[in-house]
Amino acid sequence: MLNLRRAGRERVRRAPWIVSIYRTDTGKKYAMAISGVVLLLFVLGHMIGNLHVFEGAHGGTFRIDEYGEGLRDLGEPLFPRTMVLWAFLRIPLAAAFLIHIHAALALTRSNRDARETKYQSPRDYLAARYASRTMRWSGVIVLLFLAWHLADLTIGVEAVNPDFVRGSVYHNLVASLSRWPVWILYVAAQVALAFHIWHGAWSLFQSLGISNPRFNRFRRTFAHAFATVVVAGFLAVPVGVALDIVS
Amino acid sequence: MHLTLRVWRQDGPGVEGRFETYEAAGIHQDMSFLEMLDLVNERLVTAGHEPIAFDHDCREGICGSCGLMIDGRAHGPQGSTATCQLHMREFSDGDTIVIEPWRATSFPIVRDLVVDRGAFDRIIEAGGYIGAPTGSAPEANLTPVPKETSDAAMDAAACIGCGACVAACPNGAGQLFTAAKVAHLNLLPQGQPERWMRVERMVETMEEYFGSCSNHGECEPACPKGISLDNIALMNRDYLLSKIRNRKLGGQR
Repeated sequence: MLNLRRAGRERVRRAPWIVSIYRTDTGKKYAMAISGVVLLLFVLGHMIGNLHVFEGAHGGTFRIDEYGEGLRDLGEPLFPRTMVLWAFLRIPLAAAFLIHIHAALALTRSNRDARETKYQSPRDYLAARYASRTMRWSGVIVLLFLAWHLADLTIGVEAVNPDFVRGSVYHNLVASLSRWPVWILYVAAQVALAFHIWHGAWSLFQSLGISNPRFNRFRRTFAHAFATVVVAGFLAVPVGVALDIVS
Repeated sequence: MHLTLRVWRQDGPGVEGRFETYEAAGIHQDMSFLEMLDLVNERLVTAGHEPIAFDHDCREGICGSCGLMIDGRAHGPQGSTATCQLHMREFSDGDTIVIEPWRATSFPIVRDLVVDRGAFDRIIEAGGYIGAPTGSAPEANLTPVPKETSDAAMDAAACIGCGACVAACPNGAGQLFTAAKVAHLNLLPQGQPERWMRVERMVETMEEYFGSCSNHGECEPACPKGISLDNIALMNRDYLLSKIRNRKLGGQR
C-alpha cells in the first residue's frame, strides 16, 4: 500500500561525484544556495556601481560612463580588453542564473509530486511568510525584468530603448526611466527582488547548514539588512530620475 | 458547547472523499479533542451510521499516532500539542471546526482521517539505529556525554513521528522528522560509527517519498514536540560532509 513515488525509476548509471550530489533534492538546495550567494554578490556589486550616477560628470564625461568603460577594461593590460568581464563576471553569472533556475524548476516539481492532492480546506500558515511562499513568482518577475533590462540598457534593442547610445550609460538610463511605464516596471521589479532576496539571504544559511545558536539570530538580521540596502540602493536611481536629481 | 464539525470522510484508499457536516451538541470544554470525536462517533453508531475513523493510541501526547488537520493547522490551534492533548476549551460555543487528514502523496489515506505513515518507517530503517552489543547492559557511565550535547540530542529525540511536519509543510517535505532522527543519533558518541552512512541513507530515503525544504519554517510551530529547524541545518551540513569525508578515517577525531 506504500506509495513508492520514485521506486519505478531505474537506478541511474554512476554519475560524476558532483552530478550525483546535484541529482538529490538536498544537493539542489546546496546549488540553489551557492548560486544564490553568487547572485547576491552580483546585485550588491551592481547596486554599488549604480551609485556612480549620483557623481554626475567630470571633465565632460559622466562618472558612470567611465565606470562602465572601466568594467570592460578590467584586467588590462594583463588580459585582453573585456576578457575579465566575460570570463570572470558575465559567464559565471549566467551559469549561476541557469543553475538557480534549473534547481528551482526541479524542486518545484518534486514538491508538487509530494502533495498530489491538496488540502481541501483553507490552510492557516503560522511561519511561512509571504516572501517564502511566493519565491517562484518573485523569481519569475525578476527573470522577466532581467530580459527587459538587458534589452533596454545592456544590448540596446531598438524596440525597447530607441534612444540607446552604446557606452553612454547615463544618457541611456535617463532616456529609459523618463518613460513612466518603464519607471513603474523598474520600481515594481525591485520590490519583487526585495522579497526574493530577503527570503534567500536567510534561507541560504539553513540550506548550507550554517547554524550556530550563538549567531543564528543574526541570520535574519543579515537578511533584513541585505535586502533593505540592496533595494534602497537600486531604487535610488529611478527616484533620482523622478526627482530630477538625475537628468 | 454546541459545535459544527466538517469532517473529511473517505471510504477507503484511492477513492473520492468528501466533507460531511455533523452537529456536535453537549460538548464539555474539559473534553479532549479525541473524546469529543468519540462522543460524536457513539452518536453516529447509535443512529446506525459508520463512525469517523481516526488514529489514536496513548492519548497522552507521546506515541505519535494521532494527528489531524484542524482548521488548517496541524494538531489544531494550540502550539506544541498533539491532537490528543488539545482540549475543547480552545474552541468557543458555536464554532465550526474543519477536520482533514494529513495530505501528502507518501501518506496515503487509509480511511477518513487515518493515513499510512509507513514512509517514516522506511526512513528509520535506512539509518535510525546504532550498533550496540545487546547481550548485556553496558556500564551506565561508560561513555561520558557533555551536558549541552545530551540536551540537544534529547531535544531531537523528543520527535514522536506523528507527521505534523510533513502535513504542515507547503512542500510536503519530511525534513524536520528526518533531521530530528539524524541529529538525535549523530550528536551522540554512540552514533558516531554510522554517522555519515546514516545521514546519507536517511536523506536519500526521505527524498524518495517527500518534497524538498524551502525553509518556510512552517514545520517548527506545527511540531507537538517543538523540534527546532536547527536540526535541519545540522542534517544539511552532515549530508554534505557525508559526500566529502574520507570514511577510511572514520575512527579519527
